[in-house]
Amino acid sequence: MASILRFRKLCYAVPLKLQSFEFSKVDQKQKLDKKEEDANVFLPAQDLLEVDDQKKKYPKKQQRKWRCIDSCCWAIGYLCTTWWLLFFLYHCFPATMPGFQVPESPGVRLKRDGLTALHPVVLVPGIVTGGLELWEGRPCSEGLFRKRLWGGSFTEIFKRPLCWLEHLSLHHETGLDPPGIRVRAVPGLVAADYFAPGYFVWAVLIENLAKIGYEGKNLYMASYDWRLSFQNTEIRDQALSRLKSKIELLYVTNGYKKVVVVPHSMGVIYFLHFLKWVETPPPMGGGGGPGWCAKHIKSVVNIGPAFLGVPKAVSSIFSAEGKDVAYLRAMAPGLLDSEILGLQTLEHVLRVSRTWDSVVSLLPKGGETIWGDLDWSPEEGHACQLVKKGNFQCSPNDNYTDAMRGFQIKETEKYGRIISFGKEESQLPSSQIPILNSKQELLHGSATETVNSSCRGVWTEYDEMDRESFRKIAENKVYTSKTILDLLRFVAPKTMQRAETHFSHGIADNLDDPKYEHYKYWSNPLETKLPDAPDMEIYCLYGVGIPTERSYVYKLSPNDKCKSIPFRIDTSADGDQNSRLKGGVYFVDGDESVPVLSAGFMCAKGWRGRTRFNPSGTVTFIREYQHKPPASLLEGRGLESGAHVDIMGNVALIEDVLRVAAGASGSEIGGDRIYSDILRMSERINLRL
Amino acid sequence: MSLIRRRKQNETSRPTRSDPSSIDKEDDNKKKIPAKDQNAEEIALKKLRKWSCIDSCCWLIGSICVTWWFLLFLYNAIPASFNQYVTEAITGPVPDPPGVKLKKEGLTVKHPVVFVPGIVTGGLELWEGHQCAEGLFRKRLWGGTFGEVYKRPLCWVEHMSLDNETGLDPSGIRVRPVSGLVAADYFAPGYFVWAVLIANLARIGYEEKTMYMAAYDWRISFQNTEVRDQTLSRIKSNIELMVATNGGNKAVIIPHSMGVLYFLHFMKWVEAPAPMGGGGGPDWCAKHIKTVMNIGGPFFGVPKAVGGLFSAEAKDIAVIRATAPGFLDNDIFRLQTLQHVMRMTRTWDSTMSMIPKGGDTIWGGLDWSPEEGYTPSKRKQRNNDTQVANEDDSEVVASQRKHVNFGRIISFGKDIAEAPSSQIDMIDFRGAVKGNSVANNTCRDVWTEYHEMGYEGIKAVAEYKAYTAESILDLLHFVAPKLMARGSAHFSYGIADNLDDPKYRHYKYWSNPLETTLPNAPDMEIFSMYGVGIPTERAYVYKLTPSADCYIPFQIDTSADDDDTPLKDGVYAVDGDETVPVLSAGFMCAKGWRGKTRFNPSGIRTYLREYEHSPPANLLEGRGTQSGAHVDIMGNFQLIEDIIRVAAGARGEDLGGDQVHSDIFKMSEKINLQL
Repeated sequence: MASILRFRKLCYAVPLKLQSFEFSKVDQKQKLDKKEEDANVFLPAQDLLEVDDQKKKYPKKQQRKWRCIDSCCWAIGYLCTTWWLLFFLYHCFPATMPGFQVPESPGVRLKRDGLTALHPVVLVPGIVTGGLELWEGRPCSEGLFRKRLWGGSFTEIFKRPLCWLEHLSLHHETGLDPPGIRVRAVPGLVAADYFAPGYFVWAVLIENLAKIGYEGKNLYMASYDWRLSFQNTEIRDQALSRLKSKIELLYVTNGYKKVVVVPHSMGVIYFLHFLKWVETPPPMGGGGGPGWCAKHIKSVVNIGPAFLGVPKAVSSIFSAEGKDVAYLRAMAPGLLDSEILGLQTLEHVLRVSRTWDSVVSLLPKGGETIWGDLDWSPEEGHACQLVKKGNFQCSPNDNYTDAMRGFQIKETEKYGRIISFGKEESQLPSSQIPILNSKQELLHGSATETVNSSCRGVWTEYDEMDRESFRKIAENKVYTSKTILDLLRFVAPKTMQRAETHFSHGIADNLDDPKYEHYKYWSNPLETKLPDAPDMEIYCLYGVGIPTERSYVYKLSPNDKCKSIPFRIDTSADGDQNSRLKGGVYFVDGDESVPVLSAGFMCAKGWRGRTRFNPSGTVTFIREYQHKPPASLLEGRGLESGAHVDIMGNVALIEDVLRVAAGASGSEIGGDRIYSDILRMSERINLRL
Repeated sequence: MSLIRRRKQNETSRPTRSDPSSIDKEDDNKKKIPAKDQNAEEIALKKLRKWSCIDSCCWLIGSICVTWWFLLFLYNAIPASFNQYVTEAITGPVPDPPGVKLKKEGLTVKHPVVFVPGIVTGGLELWEGHQCAEGLFRKRLWGGTFGEVYKRPLCWVEHMSLDNETGLDPSGIRVRPVSGLVAADYFAPGYFVWAVLIANLARIGYEEKTMYMAAYDWRISFQNTEVRDQTLSRIKSNIELMVATNGGNKAVIIPHSMGVLYFLHFMKWVEAPAPMGGGGGPDWCAKHIKTVMNIGGPFFGVPKAVGGLFSAEAKDIAVIRATAPGFLDNDIFRLQTLQHVMRMTRTWDSTMSMIPKGGDTIWGGLDWSPEEGYTPSKRKQRNNDTQVANEDDSEVVASQRKHVNFGRIISFGKDIAEAPSSQIDMIDFRGAVKGNSVANNTCRDVWTEYHEMGYEGIKAVAEYKAYTAESILDLLHFVAPKLMARGSAHFSYGIADNLDDPKYRHYKYWSNPLETTLPNAPDMEIFSMYGVGIPTERAYVYKLTPSADCYIPFQIDTSADDDDTPLKDGVYAVDGDETVPVLSAGFMCAKGWRGKTRFNPSGIRTYLREYEHSPPANLLEGRGTQSGAHVDIMGNFQLIEDIIRVAAGARGEDLGGDQVHSDIFKMSEKINLQL
């Protein structure tokens, strides 16, 4: 790749060289000199002499001798040779450079401590990280059979972007395959070990597990198509049945040792869904019978759990911004903003991601009780500040109360308003906000009139709404996690209608209500009970110390152009020094994707002890990992990172997982380990347990 | 590095004009002064020198790169279907791939499909290794690009070898099979094994949930795959899962090559009670398996395996030869490539599953063999020019042709191979003393058991002259006692007299079709699908290696040629698929299991499907769509069509029953086996 780039550069550079050849020759000579210095060869003065006097003779005959192509070839050859030489030298270096001590990996250390593989391990990847491959496609995708469309090198995005988007979309009515297209999850450990070449997800953990003796027979990656709703993975691919059968097999073939499950991100609620599914009788469930979980599962080690959803999902559905796809941004930074898809990248992304039911599973759950309302939020009053670039620290509350005494007037951030139109609205006391009765107004607004029928190219449901309704939405000013759902139902009626048959976002009043036997409640921890497995353990492992999106300041998109998304995050909305508003986004503590509240609340309070959500008293543990950015470039993505995905390379987390897999119980690895204010936040939440 | 050296040469050849150190300090202007004084001759010389070595070197590299990139660019610029246009222009329209054709007929996915790959073709990856294998974690050691073979050959051999005593992992090394369809879809980049079949099945709707690759570590013995990796349990669980999630449609099993024996073992294992078997109960196969479609199955082993074990020559690894032609013969292991290969392969128990089974009854004695009178008929002339030249006229006098003793799998010397048995005086080797007379301690670094034999033993082996399938076993026991001791705990090569004998409940008999009964599943069908029309190794002429020390003492006598018999380069060939002779692939389905026999008590239906080999018409066809070769047959359109039809629900009769090109029925008749 690099050589091709260089080649291109040279193609442009060379004609210039010809014009001032004298110059270029000097240039080349210098290069030559330099190179020889590099190679530590003493260039005798003789040489200098000769080269120089050659130079004197050049101008007469060189037009013939050194034609453009020649010098071009020479330069390329020169560069290649240097490149190879360096490459060769690089390979000659001993793998461990003296001076740079590679820290011993936790696997090796724990192996020396005598840990060996005991419990089989099942890994459940999250959204986005799993690979997807093509099994049947339209003519435009020829030659891609069983090649990865998602994960891997993503070269197809650049080669045939529209074709790629078409194949990754699902049918917008059924949420299943569009006719003639079959895209399936990659099976096996390769599904999510690396997301892209060099960008590890599970690979580090797998390698460390292998060090203490894990291999194919006691390690299983439960890959599933993360675009589908959870129940649909069973209906279409029998993914849940497969997982059940695999766990049973692992249990039997490893000497009746229970399984340790390690889900990540959305995999956490996927596995929650599985826990209910497997014990439910056959037509809807897996028919494992009560006690299946107690018999087969030792512990569930949730990494970066999105139990109560993430606010990011809201903005992603609303305007395709701020997605969980930090990946996508990192990998192809220009992609979202560039014009390769004909000016409509974001619209295309919005259209495709709206066909993915799974995104809806990540919408904030629990409504205002959990996420706060217009005037209240569980996180308020936490003095967190950006200490350094990218380092977020929450000082103890005492300091803050001191500050409170000093600045009585200062308003607290109103995180409960997940979307506000305009910065003022996000800060005003609720009494001053003109509240329309949002639900009624929105649902009965005149939304059928299509303004611009020429905009048919990209199907986003915004096409079917007119300016009037956009204005009404904006007039409503603020939305809390409860009204957000109404808003989304209004702007994306089909998406929400489809997805809400699979997901629910409320809180159950009475968990014994027979309606909660339906699968749409299974992935919401506030509407299901944990299985009857008193010996099981549930861990919440997540990073803290990174500012995480919590609520947004929006504006109407000034651009009235057809087909564009009418709403935009108001990136000009910045708070003062102490505020946590930045670029139109309010931040709280978290792991960059999941706020602490969502990751920790269930383990901290919702399931702690015997509650109505946890009738059998399954033990829960919280393990937080303070984020530390990598000290040097050599560390790559950091050994102590707390970021949502990078935490999978966190040494402390790996050690905890390994210890649990090797048989340790929660109290043996040290019980709770808390850095954030999760316990205090949980106290503020008034949830009947 | 070469650049630097060249520069130095230039230096030395040049006459020194002044002290370099003083000139170093001079500025540029001064440097130019002497140059002006040069005469014309020197200028011309400089002109040449101007294009100094480095420059022209760079120029050359540059131009090569540019041309390469340019071609690459052009190659990428041509439309993907360009190849097809060219092919069509040359050979006329290409037939639709079977998947497309059958989809048009309305076939859709019905029965789940299980692939069982054979020896060699499955990928192996590293899970734990020694220091030298750093950075190879979860990288393929076997299959893929084989880059490590060249980079660190000894390390590679060390990691691919198993423990000599146990046949399991050596300490500190864990090499495990790759799982999933990727395990054996391509053996090396561009060299398909299952990929074509998978792609065609996908056309009619198959995908990951209905296809399963039963990858196993093909180096270790079948029972050990269960002991170490629980592979058999895994296959059982997966078949059960697939049958359950596909609406109770039974599975179609497609084993290839050694996978055939492996699956035979599985069928016995799964119904055997728990400690030794899988505890599936006596009707597990009847409940879960619709059809077993054996592709190129070496039911009775292959004579090649003998050559492989005896002298590391002529292995099943036509594949290795194809990918790394120089590999076996060159010097990368310091002159001992073959010994290293032999040491490595001798630790693989699975190769012993391929030793000819059934003894003289099946493979023929000193004076007779089921294939005798085999004449490559006209049918083969099309395919096989080498043997054909003299055939047209000799057909008439076929009866007078020399009698070929295929039964003598190894003979020492061509004369012995042809002489009637009465004229051979065999000196029994079994009691021979293995002297340490050739005590050559310098050869210690490569461990092959030949070092422990000594000259006496080697001579004794050569003096026995001719070995049949039965005495081959004794021979191998003699030359490789440890290997055979390990192997005979897992495999057996005889014929059962009484199948109800309780000793046959031991797992070592399960992969030998002559010592087991088929499961009680009257609705099941068994297919034997294999290519015919390619000369296949059947018997060898050996000689003693002239330099006996530090080397494998026996070698195939490649000088042994005969125009009248199918003897070429020391190898007698019969009809087959290049690896498996017809006899081994077809006999069980042609006779051993046909109807209700003692080996097939429930009367499972068997079908023979032979595929006539016809080599690819031109280069563009790649490995051919009508090939009959052992591995290439997986791309044979007719075979793929048969498989897809069965997977979509057809039965043996719907395909047209038997399809026979070879003399398999005639051969089978000659074999006098109690049924």
